[in-house]
Amino acid sequence: MNNTTNTATSQTLPVYKKRGQGAEIWRRFRQNKNAMVGMCIFLVLVSFALFAEFIAPYDPIEQDLLNIMQTPSRQHILGTDELGRDIFSRIVYGSRISMTVGLIAVGIAFVAGSALGVICGYYGGILDNVIMRFVDILMSIPAILLNISIVAALGTGLQNVMIAIGISNVPRFCRIIRASVMSLREQEFVEASRAAGAKDLYIVMRHIIPNCLAPLIIQATVSIGSSILQCASLSFIGLGIVPPTPEWGAMLSTGRDFLRKAPHLTTFPGLAIMAAVYAMNLMGDGLRDALDPKLKN
Amino acid sequence: MSQQEKLLEIKNLTVHYATVDGTVRAVENLNLSVDAGQTLGLVGETGAGKTTTVKTIMRILPVPPSIIKNGEILYKGEDLLKKSQKEMRSIRGEKISMIFQDPMTSLNPVLTVGDQIKEAIELHTKVNKRKAFELAGDMLETVGIKRDRANDYPHQFSGGMKQRVVIAMALACNPELLIADEPTTALDVTIQAQVLELMKRLKVQYNTSMIMITHDLGIVAEICDYVAIMYAGEVVEYGTREDVFLRAQHPYTKGLFTCIPDMYSDDNRLIPIRGLMPDPSNLPSGCKFHTRCDYKCERCEKEEPSVVEVSSGHYVKCFFALPQNVASSKVSVKMPV
Amino acid sequence: MIKYILRRILMMIPVMLGVTIIVFTMMYITPGDPAEIILEDGATPEAVAELREEMGLDDPYLVRYFRFVSDLLHGDLGTCYAIGQPVFDRLVQTFPNTMKLAALAVLVSTTLGLLMGIISAAKQYSVFDNVAMALAMMGNAMPNFWQGLLLMLLFSLWLGWLPASGFSSFKHMILPAVTMGTSSAAIIARMTRSSMLEVIRADYISTARAKGQVEYRVILRHALKNALIPVVTIIGIQFGRQLGGAVLTESIFAIPGVGKMMVDAIKARNFPVVQGGVLMIALSLSIVNLLVDILYAYIDPRIKSQYK
Repeated sequence: MNNTTNTATSQTLPVYKKRGQGAEIWRRFRQNKNAMVGMCIFLVLVSFALFAEFIAPYDPIEQDLLNIMQTPSRQHILGTDELGRDIFSRIVYGSRISMTVGLIAVGIAFVAGSALGVICGYYGGILDNVIMRFVDILMSIPAILLNISIVAALGTGLQNVMIAIGISNVPRFCRIIRASVMSLREQEFVEASRAAGAKDLYIVMRHIIPNCLAPLIIQATVSIGSSILQCASLSFIGLGIVPPTPEWGAMLSTGRDFLRKAPHLTTFPGLAIMAAVYAMNLMGDGLRDALDPKLKN
Repeated sequence: MSQQEKLLEIKNLTVHYATVDGTVRAVENLNLSVDAGQTLGLVGETGAGKTTTVKTIMRILPVPPSIIKNGEILYKGEDLLKKSQKEMRSIRGEKISMIFQDPMTSLNPVLTVGDQIKEAIELHTKVNKRKAFELAGDMLETVGIKRDRANDYPHQFSGGMKQRVVIAMALACNPELLIADEPTTALDVTIQAQVLELMKRLKVQYNTSMIMITHDLGIVAEICDYVAIMYAGEVVEYGTREDVFLRAQHPYTKGLFTCIPDMYSDDNRLIPIRGLMPDPSNLPSGCKFHTRCDYKCERCEKEEPSVVEVSSGHYVKCFFALPQNVASSKVSVKMPV
Repeated sequence: MIKYILRRILMMIPVMLGVTIIVFTMMYITPGDPAEIILEDGATPEAVAELREEMGLDDPYLVRYFRFVSDLLHGDLGTCYAIGQPVFDRLVQTFPNTMKLAALAVLVSTTLGLLMGIISAAKQYSVFDNVAMALAMMGNAMPNFWQGLLLMLLFSLWLGWLPASGFSSFKHMILPAVTMGTSSAAIIARMTRSSMLEVIRADYISTARAKGQVEYRVILRHALKNALIPVVTIIGIQFGRQLGGAVLTESIFAIPGVGKMMVDAIKARNFPVVQGGVLMIALSLSIVNLLVDILYAYIDPRIKSQYK
């Protein structure tokens, strides 16, 4: 064709700075003040979890019966509990439990839910029907009740709590990925790949999973927060992590007996739970806006 | 041209949007007028500021992002930009009404079409509900839909039928000015023709003036008396249909015509206008078209050209516009349709 | 429409059957011998063996499951180990309390959430919008049980305005309902806002304005009804959350509802009561979901025409 026109076109086109997709998402995420606040809180909690030994001024389990239920002071910045243990140290160590539960429970749900979702969405048919009915059944029991039933069956303790919360989060991941896969399956680039003779597993890993990552990441972020909350709820009614392990919900539960005399026993662990959930929600919102600018209002 | 009453006159209108990425200069120093009973075609690419202009006339642009910097919109001599929202409400729908681009989205899916047509009637006339509903039925019949379908919901109509409903809705109060924002773009070609025919007929029947936004020059040729070509928020050429179609002077207008296939010509090659519309938050200096213009000179990059009246009522915003003797230029040129 | 409802009710049967399998299996694998639990400490091994025989605890899994389901179909949910009362009777006593509480909580959260969401969307980026959305974000993150304790501390222990526990008057319901409703209100407010903002940008809203319609009528008549569909879904989900959240709230405020009954029963390994409670809540949840789907048809004529 006309050569001069072509070069002229390329010259007049506005030049955009080339940037990787990841960098672009990070730029958008960074500009979101709320998301950055969320990330700061999250990082604080993560460093609590990783370096609890260095950050906590006291042993979280050692009792000091001479100094029980002290209000916040210079020695104990958040006071002491009914057995004289330093509340701040217990919250710092509690972060380790909460973060572990959050990450592992969501990890279980993420892997199991995505696998089921891909199978349902990609193959459809009877298998899809059976799995989805099972998911419906799981969803017809409120998460907390499902958690309670599973923990009752398996017994309390960190590992079982993580399994219980993981299982009750599976349906949500399964549904999200199934919906994305079903719409992606009909897209032309997938059909083109299939026409080119690609195997199913290759198509799923190469074309389908990367394209439904955005909703999955957002869901995972928010789910970490809700898993922390669920773990605290279980411990609160005595079916999760049991004392003397410093878990936020369990701390609240014992603090409840001293509500009138020493309200700080309940206030601070509750604030910690809230901060964790709040941080994850803020980050989830920020990620949603950064990953899918169309959704932003 | 006889001295007709100017129904609507836009003077020096400038509208900006404040966005995160900076100020978007959507409309700059725009001048336009519509005479009573006439149809003005507003032509330009997507993003040229056509819709912003007409939404400003209606005063329905969302106010925080958009700022009306400057200008007047005189409707029968009164400045619409100075009116309160309450005063505007009695003008909208009654004196000036608007048809939006996509009939699929401009009807509310959860209300019956009868309800939506009668809404304007109830707002602007003092008739009771039953009478209003009856009038809505009349309007449906006017646009060729049986009146007993007034109780149906929009999803029960086809695209073309929906646009008829939208037209009925806009004409329900017999407005003096109808603004149609690409009313046929979303429709099939055969349906387009029917809807255009209907609009032409109703325009004559109700003696309505019209502003027709389009990027289809065929529609302009068929229905418009005057044409304004918009580029990057400005009118670059304005005149009667004949002026613009036969004696176009602005390079952009000329470019638009060479983009259309010509049935009568053996040369089937289309010459596209090279490049893209400039980013409205970062407009070039001088003449805004110079980045894409084949005739540009140094002056175009530095200085903004002023508007030249090349013949009576025919305005061109270009340094190379040549005033001409109207009588001598009656060359017969095919109308590209 | 009636046909659709009937079909939906039929579809509930397999789901409920699935719930029975899950509930039964969970209790089946739960450690602890019911016979020993009933007879308490100090029972002779012979007595325990006799009771096991009587209760059919030595039968295989499937036999026991089918016995469980057939009893269920006869309205027999088993007998409470602790007080020997039929579980059905215990549910009759406790379930209305939970329902009352959940309904009140949904009422509180829907009213508050819709109001906040609509105003925030109509006045996007205003001070109200910013404050309301910051509050919603906090409310969403606040653990129910913690908030319940703080409310109790403030209104019962310090101010003495409202009772801290029990369930004998409307006054007793206020704190628990607010506790349960807060986070739902936050979620509904956020959902309403974003749904409204999406709808407000639609052409038919511009069309309504172009007709000269008053702004509040544009919002209420044209936008709200369209924005309501995702919101109704969320409200339905929130109802389920309330029923689940009752477990915690009822424990805190000592309310004789299904939730407290179940928590107590789990600690005492009182399996039939737990089974009955979970089944009851799952059933109410399915009914709420059905009601939500029916509600869609009244909001959106497009959905109504699909229900055939």
